[in-house]
Amino acid sequence: MNLLSQLGAELGAVFVTLLSAAPFIAGYIAIILLCALIWQTVKKFLTPKADYGSLKTVTFGDESAVTSNTVASVVSIVLIFVLWAAFTGSKLLPSFLHAPGAFEGTGEFSYTVTTPDGQTDDATVSVVVFPAGSDVDAPEVDPGEGFAKNDSVAIAAFRSELLRVDENDEIGRDQDAVVSAINGVAVEPGSVVDVGFGDVEISRRGTPNIKPSGGMQMEPIWLPAPEAVWSRVTEIASTGFRNSTLAEHLGFSLFRVVVGFILGAIVGIPLGYAMGLSNWFRGWFDPIVEFMRPVPPLALIPLVIIWAGIGEVGKIILLFLAALWIMAIGARSGVSGVRISKVHAAYSLGASKWQIMRYVIIPNSLPEIFTAARVAMGVCWGTVVAAELVAAEKGAGMMIMTASKFQNTDIVIMGIILIGIIGFSIDMLMRWIERLLVPWKGKG
Amino acid sequence: MSGLSIDKISMRFDLPNGGSVQALKDVSLDLKAGELLSVLGPSGCGKTTLLNIAAGFLAPTEGRMVLNGNTVEGPGPERGMVFQQGALFEWMSVRENVGFGPKMKGMAAKPKAEIVDHLLDVVGLGAFKEKAVYELSGGMQQRVALARCLANEPDVILMDEPLGALDALTREKMQGLVLKLWKETGKTIILITHSVEEALLLGERLLVMAPRPGRIHKEYRLPFAEMGVDKDLREVKKHPQFGEVREEILGMIWDMEEEIMGRNEGEGS
Ligand SMILES: Nc1ncnc2c1ncn2[C@@H]1O[C@H](COP(=O)(O)OP(=O)(O)OP(=O)(O)O)[C@@H](O)[C@H]1O
Ligand SMILES: [Mg+2]
Repeated sequence: MNLLSQLGAELGAVFVTLLSAAPFIAGYIAIILLCALIWQTVKKFLTPKADYGSLKTVTFGDESAVTSNTVASVVSIVLIFVLWAAFTGSKLLPSFLHAPGAFEGTGEFSYTVTTPDGQTDDATVSVVVFPAGSDVDAPEVDPGEGFAKNDSVAIAAFRSELLRVDENDEIGRDQDAVVSAINGVAVEPGSVVDVGFGDVEISRRGTPNIKPSGGMQMEPIWLPAPEAVWSRVTEIASTGFRNSTLAEHLGFSLFRVVVGFILGAIVGIPLGYAMGLSNWFRGWFDPIVEFMRPVPPLALIPLVIIWAGIGEVGKIILLFLAALWIMAIGARSGVSGVRISKVHAAYSLGASKWQIMRYVIIPNSLPEIFTAARVAMGVCWGTVVAAELVAAEKGAGMMIMTASKFQNTDIVIMGIILIGIIGFSIDMLMRWIERLLVPWKGKG
Repeated sequence: MSGLSIDKISMRFDLPNGGSVQALKDVSLDLKAGELLSVLGPSGCGKTTLLNIAAGFLAPTEGRMVLNGNTVEGPGPERGMVFQQGALFEWMSVRENVGFGPKMKGMAAKPKAEIVDHLLDVVGLGAFKEKAVYELSGGMQQRVALARCLANEPDVILMDEPLGALDALTREKMQGLVLKLWKETGKTIILITHSVEEALLLGERLLVMAPRPGRIHKEYRLPFAEMGVDKDLREVKKHPQFGEVREEILGMIWDMEEEIMGRNEGEGS
């Protein structure tokens, strides 16, 4: 019961988060539809092409008529950067395109103090909100008349400040005086008053908490502007991070992947062939392979660390294991996928067993092996990054994990983008090699 | 003695569920060298099984097959196969496919190239030597398969519906080619087909098989293959005897199919 109510509460929290994201999602969908509309209009003025797709009258529901629209792809990528820039106040974007930013500048509000014996007095608080990163002192202000004295405070943008307004007052909290109104609006602990440049909230103990408006932009510590990330890339590329240059970090990750994958392929492919060609080997290894395949390589990280430590050996063992089963299964299905008529034809043409292997079974299995290799490279890349997150001295994963501990969000984002680019490039490279080496794929 | 002799062959498949299928029962046949035999029969009567036994891919449960005095015990280069489709090696060019048999024998490059060039000219694909096989049409692919089989100089050529996947026009041209190759090379050929006309045109001898268990139902000796060697096949079809035999065989197969259907319905209810 306890578990159920906990899960219910978690589910509720998730739901609330989703709901708060809903307006943004709706806005995004609106942008997509708007762009589609604009493109439809623009397209009318272009000369229509008489290709196969555009001559079809029935397109809705015809899967083959749906091709990826390049314009949409380009717009979507550009939009990601525009949104990123708009919500981080990037200098790459003219400022009228920026989302409303955090309040910066000066503002003021008044508060009213009421003493237990019914006296009241007003005083003014002057607030200076300065951009994050700079340092500004609270301005000098004239204390003013009455027992409540004027205050001043300097707050960094995106921050808030609990201000003990009674500290300089003649009758303060120690004599049971309370802040009874802000800007003339009666308050009690918990109330919130909009004072123009932000909100003032009365804390549980009666202290005003000044929250200058944060706007819609992201704080750099959450999401730095694109140019900040880029300048961090160039900086780390030349000066390095944690005693290693960017190239070294990425190079180490790639090195682990390549070595682990090659070892996995060297062992996995012959294993798969043996399983595809011999009952005994199939029976022997089927239980092992079928059990190991669904174990995510990430689940092996703790064991590998215990056995082999956090050095290169441990990581390469991990990636070897990640690639091994995928390659073995790919090679096995490549062998069993050979059309029996091809094998029969080869025997009738006088081929020996060895020649069947060399000229029929191996070439026939290559497309499957390449597919497996693509999957394995992808899994290895994901696994190496995760393993480096856990423990490593160098590597892409280590870089972003360490950066996150120091709240270097720009490095984290740079790392994520680079990891994505490398993963994508690996896949593209594998596809290219595949087209080059097995042009007959899918043509049997 | 030269030629192929099939001696009281039976084939029973044991099924995983404990039952068994009698695919062939006491099939006997003597084929002299250079004879052209076509085999007809309703689907499932054991034609492919018979051919697989002849090729050596299956061992019969009873009986034996003797080729040129030797009992057949496995596949061998003296018995070439042409499959319906999909048996070419798509990772090899047309030239490499045709040269596969000589290469397996370890033949030197020069004589091999001569054989390949000659055969590709015979089947009319001289211009497509370096093409990938998947770039060819179905009819061209079957011509490559024929050339590949011939390059190995087999004594017997076994064909399982080699023209089954082709359109009518290509099929007719290929029938002419098979007849031409048969006459020129003098090979013994067994050809399985579903088309009665094809069986008549391409059968010096014609075997009609009956199902359950698969057995020889009737055998014909026909003059049409000999006629077709240097005549238009459409002329041959106009021969009065051609129509007669065709009607007779069609009726025969029709009856068998009906019997099978009737039996299935009986089992169903
Ligand atoms: N490997 C096998 N296991 C079990 N039964 C089989 C096997 N191969 C063939 N059979 C059975 O043997 C019978 C004959 O099959 P076969 O393939 O020789 O027929 P066919 O005459 O070539 O038919 P089609 O004209 O459709 O090609 C069928 O009933 C089939 O179900
Ligand atoms: Mg068959």
